[in-house]
Amino acid sequence: MPTLERVSTKETRIGAGLGILKGMLVTFKHLFRAPFTVPYPEKRLPLPRRFRGYEFVWSRERCTVCLTCAKACPHGVIRIQSRLAPPESQWQAEKFEIDIGLCIFCGLCVESCPYDAIFMGTQFELANYQRGGLVRGIEKIQYNPATSRASDYSEHPPLEPGRLLLPKQ
Amino acid sequence: MWDTITNLLPLVGAALHDFLYGFLPGWLAYLLLGFIFIVILLVSILNTVLAFIWLERRGISRFQVRLGPDRVGPMGLLQPIADAVKLMTKEDIVPAGGDRAVHYLAAVLVFVPALLVFAVLPFAPGVVFADLNIGILYIIAIGSVGVIGVFMGGWASNNKYSLMGAMRAVAQMVSYEVPMVLSVIGVVMVAQSLSLEHIVQAQELPFILLQPLGFFIYFAAASAELNRTPMDLLEAESEIIAGYHVEYSGMKFALFFLAEYANALAVSIIVSTLFLGGWKLPLVPPYIALPLKIFAVFGLMLWIRSTLPRLRVDQLMGFAWKGLLPIALLNIFITGGELLIFKGYPSWLALVNIPLAALILFIWSRLFTIKIRATATSARPAPSARNV
Amino acid sequence: MELRTQPFMVNIGPQHPSTHGVFRLRVIFDGETIVDLEPVFGYLHRGLEKLGEGRTYTQCLTLTDRQDYLSAMNNNLAYVLAVEKLGGIPVPPQATQVRVLVSELQRIASHLFAIGAFINDLGAFFSPFMYMLREREKITDLFEMLCGQRLTHNFLRIGGLSHDLPPEFMPALRALIDSMPRFIDEYDQLLSDNEIIWARSKGVGVLPRDLAINASASGPVLRGSGVAWDLRQADPYLNYPQFQFDIPIGANGDAYDRFRVRLEEMRQSVRIIKQAMESLPGGPVMTPDVNLALRLPKGEAYAHVESPRGELGYYLVSDGSINPYRFKVRAPSFINLTTLRELCLGWKLADAIVILGSIDIVLGEVDR
Repeated sequence: MPTLERVSTKETRIGAGLGILKGMLVTFKHLFRAPFTVPYPEKRLPLPRRFRGYEFVWSRERCTVCLTCAKACPHGVIRIQSRLAPPESQWQAEKFEIDIGLCIFCGLCVESCPYDAIFMGTQFELANYQRGGLVRGIEKIQYNPATSRASDYSEHPPLEPGRLLLPKQ
Repeated sequence: MWDTITNLLPLVGAALHDFLYGFLPGWLAYLLLGFIFIVILLVSILNTVLAFIWLERRGISRFQVRLGPDRVGPMGLLQPIADAVKLMTKEDIVPAGGDRAVHYLAAVLVFVPALLVFAVLPFAPGVVFADLNIGILYIIAIGSVGVIGVFMGGWASNNKYSLMGAMRAVAQMVSYEVPMVLSVIGVVMVAQSLSLEHIVQAQELPFILLQPLGFFIYFAAASAELNRTPMDLLEAESEIIAGYHVEYSGMKFALFFLAEYANALAVSIIVSTLFLGGWKLPLVPPYIALPLKIFAVFGLMLWIRSTLPRLRVDQLMGFAWKGLLPIALLNIFITGGELLIFKGYPSWLALVNIPLAALILFIWSRLFTIKIRATATSARPAPSARNV
Repeated sequence: MELRTQPFMVNIGPQHPSTHGVFRLRVIFDGETIVDLEPVFGYLHRGLEKLGEGRTYTQCLTLTDRQDYLSAMNNNLAYVLAVEKLGGIPVPPQATQVRVLVSELQRIASHLFAIGAFINDLGAFFSPFMYMLREREKITDLFEMLCGQRLTHNFLRIGGLSHDLPPEFMPALRALIDSMPRFIDEYDQLLSDNEIIWARSKGVGVLPRDLAINASASGPVLRGSGVAWDLRQADPYLNYPQFQFDIPIGANGDAYDRFRVRLEEMRQSVRIIKQAMESLPGGPVMTPDVNLALRLPKGEAYAHVESPRGELGYYLVSDGSINPYRFKVRAPSFINLTTLRELCLGWKLADAIVILGSIDIVLGEVDR
């Protein structure tokens, strides 16, 4: 049974300026409140653990080149070429490119990966002077213990426990 | 000693006067002195205008709980200069089909009167460029020249939004002149003079207490003249984008922009002079007292701008003709009656006038209602938009 | 002397500060009075309905985020409900409850933006807008905590959610919900009694009850006209029947009422969130074994939710393949916009902007 509440009246007489004074009191109170914006490049807000950053972390060891991520991607931004590596005749990625210029950071590739091989990153400043620079190949996304920072978004087992601690909110 | 401090500005002026007349022929000293004073006046006006622009941007940002410009200089202090450099280096565009000469002239015609007003404003006892005995008349006359420039700008831009803004500007500025002048008459009657210096000297008690209604009307009408919220219809951003100066760029736009803030400065000074006691403040030298009052008045404008939305064009005209004009006439009537009964307009009349003003405003506002007009369920057939 | 006058045509938009995106109004003015008005849209048309036909059901989810980008959660929700209805996919109770939470949070965020933009259209110089954005920012922070994105969340999944609530979410939500009523009261104080807002929006753009119903308007536009129609009670989905809340309705159907309805709906949303927070059942948030390349049985389904802008519906036709055969959106702001001409005729230019602002369109949804 719907419940109602009437929010306005048919009153048409304008008040005597008291409403304006009430409003001005509110803005006056705000004069003494701290600004909620931050001067961005100098000061940064803490990122949540699940932040979906642009730089993607990918593990060559875990990846079996099954192409599930490429199939899950709604825009087809992942391009993979594979080859059989000689010693054990194992499939290996020869080319693994993610085109950030087309990526919408939906996280479906990360979620779909059955081998927990791909992670979202933690960066967000993706400006580039050339479009080609937005295409991230193996050398950029491959996991490097020194530089890679993977996001908690995927809830995959971390690539190297202890090294992937992220700023907690 | 105290006299030296309070009269610092006239003393310096007199010293300069004696120095120049000491070794120059009279006519040359006269010209040179005038030139020096004009330069000092213009430089201080333009610098104050820059300070106003900075204050407006930073102040409004504080009302809006954000930081405001903080990139150029400490606390963004150099922001107005950066803006000026940007505007000066920008390309000057005259729209195709626009009237080139009028387009150019409009910017000048808006800017010059904005500066001319300062000629009669008293900054300290004895410090006034030209102590006209009809100072108020001069201010009002010069102040209404600007509207021609605004209209020319809107017309010459060959843009429908500009034209709309210009039309609104003419209607609004002409309407608000009337209550503005009438509200000043009350002050003139009490002070018994049209000279601004005499008006300041006549204020034992600031006239805002003796003439609260006059202050309200003047401030409202001046806000309309300045195109400030809630009466910034001629440059209403959300409706006609920037109104009459939508097609201006570069230095011409800068002139419009400077004129707007120079006018704001002028109105701040006029309000301080007419209603707040000008350079008079107990225990404070005049050259500090007046800036304090100016910035207080400008702060009030900022506060209003950061709070209020805008009126509609017909409501704005209604407010001038049905709201302010009758009250202004009533104010003159009441002031005249009081002058007739109580000779010399004693200070205790403030105790009468303030409640009286509140009562009049309250009663007057009760007379207005909104019409709730029903929309026709079946809209009438109108010529299709495609055919025009 | 008689002045010869003639009406003239002005294009408001597609680049204009208050058309809320790339929307164009072709208006014929007589002076400043509107004689005729024709909305022109399609400047943001991306063909999302057609794009959906080439994507799997899971991938379509990312398209729904981008329809009404100010209420992405509600778009996710309507689509997910349609797929679940078509496929008969169960949803765990925790996921259902969290869906209520996020869709009400999204409603508050969207209404904050709508009111702020509306007051800006009235001519305020951004102060109310900034105050509203401050609160909206806190809500987007919460969403970022949940799913890592602020605007296009892609948080709901077919059969549940992508993640459970993180441990830091509930304290943050509680802090927000505790402070929210105070802020809403402050907005009320700032805006509701303001004489200029009254003068500008009361009686402006009156949408009569019968016209609102005939035009199939929904959401605050319909409720502002005094029709108590809210899908959360009229055709309940999720577990809305468990919660106590009121449907605010307006008295006159003017722009002011639509604004007040939105303001009041935020209070009701806070009420719902408070109730939902107390009764989170816990447990899993995802039905296991929902294939990424989901195949739905042949058939069709329509699911609708009460989005902040009105009845948002997704209509899906499946031919048994992994893609929807037809992917159709009932966009509330598109349908609400059809009343614009009737509302604006005879009003001034400034009123047209106010009326447009009070309808609260999102161009991503209008043009799709």
